Amino acid sequence: MVATPAHLRRSATALGNEEVLRIRNDFPILQQHVNGKPLIYLDSGATSQNPLSVLEAEQEFYEQRNSAVHRGAHHLAVEATEAFENARETVADFVGAEWDELIWTSNATEGLNLLTYSFLNASLPGAAPEAARFALAPGDELVVTEMEHHANLIPWQELAARTGAVVKFIPIDDAGALDMDAAAGIIGPRTRVLAFTHASNVLGTINPVPALVALARSAGALVVLDACQSAPHLPLDVKALDVDFAVFSGHKMLAPTGIGALYGRSELLNAMPPFLTGGSMITTVTMERAGFLPSPQRFEAGTQRISQAVALAAAVNYLSETGMDRIHAWEAELGQRLVQGLESIPGIRVLGPAAGQERIGLAAFDVAGVHAHDVGQFLDSRGIAVRVGHHCAQPLHRRLGLTATTRASTYLYNTTDDVDAFLNAAADVRAYFQA
Amino acid sequence: MSLDQLYQQIILEHAKARHGSGLASATVPEDASSGQSHQLNPTCGDEITVRVSVAGGKVSELRWDGDGCSISMASASVLTELAEGMSVGELRTVIDSFREVLRSRGKVPADPEVLGDAAAFEGVSRYAARVKCAMLSWVAAEDALGQALAA
Repeated sequence: MVATPAHLRRSATALGNEEVLRIRNDFPILQQHVNGKPLIYLDSGATSQNPLSVLEAEQEFYEQRNSAVHRGAHHLAVEATEAFENARETVADFVGAEWDELIWTSNATEGLNLLTYSFLNASLPGAAPEAARFALAPGDELVVTEMEHHANLIPWQELAARTGAVVKFIPIDDAGALDMDAAAGIIGPRTRVLAFTHASNVLGTINPVPALVALARSAGALVVLDACQSAPHLPLDVKALDVDFAVFSGHKMLAPTGIGALYGRSELLNAMPPFLTGGSMITTVTMERAGFLPSPQRFEAGTQRISQAVALAAAVNYLSETGMDRIHAWEAELGQRLVQGLESIPGIRVLGPAAGQERIGLAAFDVAGVHAHDVGQFLDSRGIAVRVGHHCAQPLHRRLGLTATTRASTYLYNTTDDVDAFLNAAADVRAYFQA
Repeated sequence: MSLDQLYQQIILEHAKARHGSGLASATVPEDASSGQSHQLNPTCGDEITVRVSVAGGKVSELRWDGDGCSISMASASVLTELAEGMSVGELRTVIDSFREVLRSRGKVPADPEVLGDAAAFEGVSRYAARVKCAMLSWVAAEDALGQALAA
């Protein structure tokens, strides 16, 4: 019997403020003052902060092991390769994948572009026979949702424009939930790919993955999961969810920028044409042609982001040791506190599920008569960091009749005091701007 | 630098008054040639369309439609009040001066003699993320003016 990975064990108890205060000691950046006030960082949905163990892992790599991987017989090359591949195994394990199903990318955006360019290559004349299952033809349909981040929309638009395929989308209702009746009508025999976000970066909703996967399976479509807002915040098991591909970004889960991953089912990855080609991804090369290695090297041309991969592994170790179910439970509490507090402020409209409904630890909102940029500036003057703008989701904002909103997003290092300080400041915004 | 130095009272008032807003319902004055420019700040979604009408070497009218933060809306309102009645050369001088102050990161003080109410935006130059907001309508006006003169 295989032991359940630590991060998937149910231990129901959420983190508490006392524990969070200890966690905060691991994050040097959170100790500072901004505009004369203690920094309150509520922008982890955009990028998260790094604990010392992550910073030290990257430094240790450069001080002790730095070398190119998968080449060279010298001591450092062996050490670096081992660190790099151990990191892959750690991160793969964190999301329930096998080591050879996890491909390093710069971020989730690159992961999605890797997929769409691979599918494009599969659609071109001369593609290998095993790639035919990914080839797109005019009339084929790529289905996304109305709540997607631009990263999970534009690559599909571009793929459609080059192949004659059509992008269709599942609409949302006014509360920000996917219209599953509509989804059942949209996903059909012509659907080749269903790509959707696990948790919305604007609405905070967690989408019904099993129901969507079931629709895709009955249509014979591939399933692509954008796990940017789920992998950092809740226990994620790509095998249990039965998705074909998933992407996430390291910088949203305590790691540095420049590292992310694409998960793909092994048999699919090994049939897909490469995206980037060059060194390290080949078997035999002649002046005329080259053979390609299986996954993951197949998709890792050129010298890789080695220290960042090592740092991402340190980040997921930090998350696993804290407990993903406990982080999830804590952030669910913070998310409810955010929504309840914001809903009680006159003139503020919260996007997405109402208080009491499931959401991750974030809330985007509109302040009547005050532009989001001004809201963000006002909060900054109180030392509070939030995101303002369209959050890379223009179609979603248009659907909700807005151009820009303000978003507060939590992580494992936020206390209820952080949320309350934010709510107090948010309550003063309209008076300041005489709205 | 305090928030009140960024959001001076005059800026908050102009953000509400929005002088010159209502391009869609305004017709080009008779005997004037006009140019129009649409500018977008893709990072925040702020956008503005400015129409400048020129007659006899003077700016006879400036009208705009826009959606954005208080800095960008107040800036368009102040620009309207300043520009109307100015000669083409005067408007160009004012736009150049405004740009120099806004892009100076707080190093070039605003001259109220030249900039009038627009001198209130001096504090914006210290907020790199907001300079574009203040410049949006001025960039549009400069482009529209060039088109009006070429027409």
